[in-house]
This record gives sequence, structure tokens and C-alpha cells, in this order.
Amino acid sequence: MHTFRILVVDDETDFLETIVNRLNKRKLDAKGVTSGEAAIDVLKEELYDVVLLDIKMPGGMDGIETLREIKRIQPLVEVLLLTGHASVETSIEGMKQGAFDYLLKPMKFEDLLVKMAQAFEKKATHDKKIRDAKIQELIRYPSRVFEQEKK
Amino acid sequence: MKRTLYKNLKLKLISITLAMSIGPLILLGGGIYYQFGKLYKERIEDQIRHMARSQSNAVDVFLRERTTILAMIVETHTFESLKDQDNLSRLFRLINRRAEGLGLVDLGVIDDQGRQLAYAGPYSLKGLNYYQQPWFDEAMRRGKYISDVYMGFRQVPHFIIAVKGETGNSSWILRATIDSDIFNRLVRSAQVGTSGDGFIVNRQGVFQTSPRFDGVILGDSKIDTQKFGEGTTVIEKKVPGSDTRYIGGSWLKDGDWVMVISQIAGQEKGWLVRARNTEILIIAIGCLVICSAIVLISHILVRHLEQTDKEMNELNSQLIQQDKLAALGKMAAGIAHEINNPLAVIGEKAGWMEDLLAEEEFRNSVNYQEFAASIAKIEEHVDRARKITHSMLGFARRMEPRLDDVEINRVLDQTIDIMANHARINDIEIRKHFTDRLPVIASDQSQLQQVFMNLINNAIDAIGSNGTIDITTQLDKDSINIIIRDDGPGIPEAIKKKIFDPFFTTKQSGKGTGLGLSISYSIIEKMGGRITVESSEGKGTAFVVSLPVVLPEKK
Repeated sequence: MHTFRILVVDDETDFLETIVNRLNKRKLDAKGVTSGEAAIDVLKEELYDVVLLDIKMPGGMDGIETLREIKRIQPLVEVLLLTGHASVETSIEGMKQGAFDYLLKPMKFEDLLVKMAQAFEKKATHDKKIRDAKIQELIRYPSRVFEQEKK
Repeated sequence: MKRTLYKNLKLKLISITLAMSIGPLILLGGGIYYQFGKLYKERIEDQIRHMARSQSNAVDVFLRERTTILAMIVETHTFESLKDQDNLSRLFRLINRRAEGLGLVDLGVIDDQGRQLAYAGPYSLKGLNYYQQPWFDEAMRRGKYISDVYMGFRQVPHFIIAVKGETGNSSWILRATIDSDIFNRLVRSAQVGTSGDGFIVNRQGVFQTSPRFDGVILGDSKIDTQKFGEGTTVIEKKVPGSDTRYIGGSWLKDGDWVMVISQIAGQEKGWLVRARNTEILIIAIGCLVICSAIVLISHILVRHLEQTDKEMNELNSQLIQQDKLAALGKMAAGIAHEINNPLAVIGEKAGWMEDLLAEEEFRNSVNYQEFAASIAKIEEHVDRARKITHSMLGFARRMEPRLDDVEINRVLDQTIDIMANHARINDIEIRKHFTDRLPVIASDQSQLQQVFMNLINNAIDAIGSNGTIDITTQLDKDSINIIIRDDGPGIPEAIKKKIFDPFFTTKQSGKGTGLGLSISYSIIEKMGGRITVESSEGKGTAFVVSLPVVLPEKK
């Protein structure tokens, strides 16, 4: 079992740092960035399991845009939305765009951990399914897989 | 204030419509009556005039007849033969035998010196000298003379006719006395009905015949004969306290006498009075019908108006409440958002400190307990603040209710289960009176649960301890009613209007946000339902949630 990797995206650095620290303290591999653009850059380089994304960020890309971009780059990453505003339309829009769930700031840290655990579980199940599918494919059509690998 | 407004409106309505409808009716009635009366008066006057003229003609003819007979005697007899007592007596007897109705009482012959030379009649008047009498002079001058009625020597009403005859150079007079009783018989035929009278007066107004009422022959009639013009005239005489008397007069005897016919109009107008009474009765019935119709219509109209106004006011107050909620909601959301971010930082920082405090080096610190307690307090109060801001945000949620298939009774059951423990601790019994006829409706289960929880929670808080909460469900025509009734102290009248306002709370500071009822209100209102409250102090409070029956779409 690999360590789960979490990317936290929030423009409020005080909040960001603390969350990252607290997650790390719980042996989770968390990293923080302060903008949507920075998040995209990171996700282009590294694979993550969960992204904790603040919907409302001033300037630059907004939450939903960032979410869409994240899902384009890493379709399998689970995104947890965070918001200080109960803009349910935005949240619903987020869910439509493939977010896993959303949390209202200030959240209880325990709630965050629970949601995150659910997200990990989903991600793990998903990963396992894909892995299984790949294995099945490999068993049934080994040649096709190898050809793809070559490309 | 409002009451009097409607009352005034009603009065105004009634008075205007009454004036507009009854005024013309009465005017019409009055007009008809006036025309009727005028016509009738003319008829009566015509009748009187006609009677007076015919009666006066009869008297005139009577007088002319007797004058002519005397003139004939004068023309056909000589003074010499007439002044002979025997001849005159024979002539008198002859005339009375041949013409009995002539009314001739006596006959006399007078020479130009006024001496009565011969006399035939019941009195012994022979030898009397009439030289000084005015009639003698008059007869000598004009050739003939008819006197007024008078008593004379004999104390019987009579009058004389004198005709002058001429023989050679000397003149003489043939004088006849006529019993005026014959007039009475003539005019009596005009004394018709119970009030009709007929009599003759002379120019001075002295009765020449016996009137039926008010007077005797030769008495003063008090009639101003000057009022009668040429020909036959009718005058009205108003007697105070009695009916109008119509008096018709027709001159006769060359303008010496007046034939007077009088009649009381009221008597003769009997049928007119009856017609008037019938008319008044018809108009009165008409007025009554109109009045009652107007009063009824005005009453209905004003009541309808009052009802509409009331509904309008209710609607207005609802709209105001909604506006208030919307504006406050927007503001609350803005504030909540601004507070949420710093609150999140505080919360997380405290959490981080708690995390760190778990490490070995701090655990042995002298003030470890103090730190841990402080951090716990910070977290507790962040939690408290969070609840408030989240409620405020919940309030601003412009969420379209998610439509689930909702069984109201089940939602209530679940809510009561959650609250049961809280109620039990406070010795409060929750009793259910559910109808099993409720349809499954399309609504938002979690929002409904929030509302019910708010209301039950309020009920528990209102009771304090030891009491009962009755929860009833009913199916109305097109709505489901959920009644949550507590036997707490009730809501004072003064704050009843404010209970749905955001941030209004009677609970201790920190115990309630003042948002529960206002959020519940906006949730139910968005669902198309409504929350109302019935409360009387000392008896308890009942919140009634009415939800429209919206059946789920068939899937």
C-alpha cells in the first residue's frame, strides 16, 4: 500500500500551511499550493490521489475552472471541494464536474479526515479496478498491451 | 379605526344610492299627485261654476217671469180699474188661481204720491204711504224695481217687485210681494252631499235665502262679494283646521245678487285622498324594497371589500416578511463568508497546536493541562461560531428543494427519534396523532427534517421540563397540515410578530442563534407551504406547517 498523496489548494496561506502540517503529521503525504495555476503545474508533473480545492479564490483561475483542468490532466484524482461560501450552485456544478464531495469552511478536522478516507477508498477501489482490467487485458490480449506499451 | 372606515363607506354607499333611487321616485309620485290634484280641482270648480250658473239663471228667469206678469198687468189694465179695490182683489184671486206657483203674496196699487190706493192680500196695508221708501223712488225713476229680501212690517222674509204704469201725465205703481221661500226651494237643489251649500246673497253679503250651514236669512254671510268677477267665478276659501271650501258665485238680478254654491273639497275629494294613499303605499313599498336591496348590496359589497383588504394585508405582510428574510439572508451570507475564512484559520491553528501538544516534549511541560484546556476551549468556541455562520449561510441558500418521495409521518418519526432522548431528559412526553391517509409527496426530506427538528426543539425549550408535545398530522383538501403543539407558557402577544425574524431569540445568549424559525419559514415558503402560529399565554403554542400536496412524478 503506497502513501496517499494529497494536494491542498488554497490562497489563504495560514490555513494552507496548517492543514498541510496537520495532514503530514498524520503520515499523509500532503503538499500545498496557493493558486489554481500552481496546482495545475504540480499535477502535470506528479500523480496525486486527492486534491483539496478551495472553490473561491480571488484572481486567476476560479475553483471550477481549476477542477475542470485537474480532471483533464488526471481524471482519476479525487477532488474534495472546500468553500467558505455556501454557494450550493457552485458545489453542485463542482459535483457535476466530477468532484468527490464538498466541505464548508470552517470544517471540523475530523470531518475532513473522514471525507478524505472515503475519497481514498474510492480512489483505491477505482485504481484496483483499473489494475484488474489491465491484468485481464494482459491475460487475454497480451500482444495488444505490448503494442500500446511500445507506442 | 378600520371598522369605522368601512362603516362610513357603507353609510356613504347606502345614502348615495338611496338618494339616487328614492329621490326620483318620490319626485315622480309628487308630480303625479300634483297633476291629479290640479285636474280634480278643475273638475270640482267646473262643477261648482256650472251649478252656480244654472241656479242663478233659474232665479233670474223666476224674477223676470214675475216682473213680466206685473208689466203685462200694468200694460193691459188702466190705473182707474186697478185702483178699484174690488177689481184688484178679483185680479189677485184670478192670478193665484191660475198660477199657483207664482208665490204672489199680495198686490197693491200706489199712486205717485206714495199712497196705497188698493191692496189685495192677507194684510191690511191699504192706505199706507210709501212715499219715503227708497224702493218707491227707485221704481218711479227706473220703471221697475225688485227689492232685496227683507222682513218688512210682517216679519216674514219676502221681497217686492214694483212696476211703474203711466196714464196720461200721472204715474202709478203696481207692487207685488213675493214669498222668498220659493228661492229656498230653488237653491236647496244645490245643497248636495254632506257639505254642499247653495244660497243667494246680495251685494253686501247679506243672505237672501237660508243657507244650509253657518247663518240665517238676512244674516251676514261674511262673503266678500267683490271677489266674484264677471260671469261665474270660483274662489277658494281655506278654513284653518278643516278642508278647503270652494265657493262659486254667479251674479244675477243685474248684479244685485250672487248665487253662491259652496262645497268642501276634502269631502268631494274622498277618492282623491284614497288615490293618494294608494300611491303613497305603493311608493312606500317600492322604497322599502329599494332600501333593503341597497342595504343588503352595500353590506355584501363592503364585507367583500373588507375581506379582500384583509387578504391583501396578509399577503403584504407575507411579502414584507419574505423581503426581510431575503435582504437579511444576503447580508448574513456576506458576513458569514468573511468570518468563515479567519474562523477556519483559527480552528486549524488550534488543531495544529493540539496536534503538537501530543508530542513528548510538551506533555511534560508544567502548563500542559492549561494549554490543552485552552485549546479545547478555542476549538469549542470556533465550533460554536461555525454553527452560527453555517446557519446563516443555510439561510441564504438559494437551493431548489431536492425532490424526494417523502412520507411525512416517517420523517416525523425519524425526527422524534432523534429528539426523544433530549425530551426524556426533560420529562417531556411526545405524543403522536398521525393520520394514515397522508399521500407520499414530492419534497425535500432533509429540509423538512430540519424544520421539524427546529420546531420540536423550540417546543422542548419552551416547556423547559415536565410537559407534553402533541404532534398531529392531517390531510386537508390540497394540503398536509403538521401541528406541533406544546403546553408551555405560550408566546406573549408583543413578540408574536417577531418570532420569524432572523436573529430574534428569547433563549439565553449562546443557546439559540435566532435563526431556527426564520430558516424554517423560508424553507417551507420555498416549498409553497406556510408556517403559522397559534399561541395563547399560559396555554401553550401550536405551530402549524401546511405543505401543498405535490404528488411525485411517475418514474
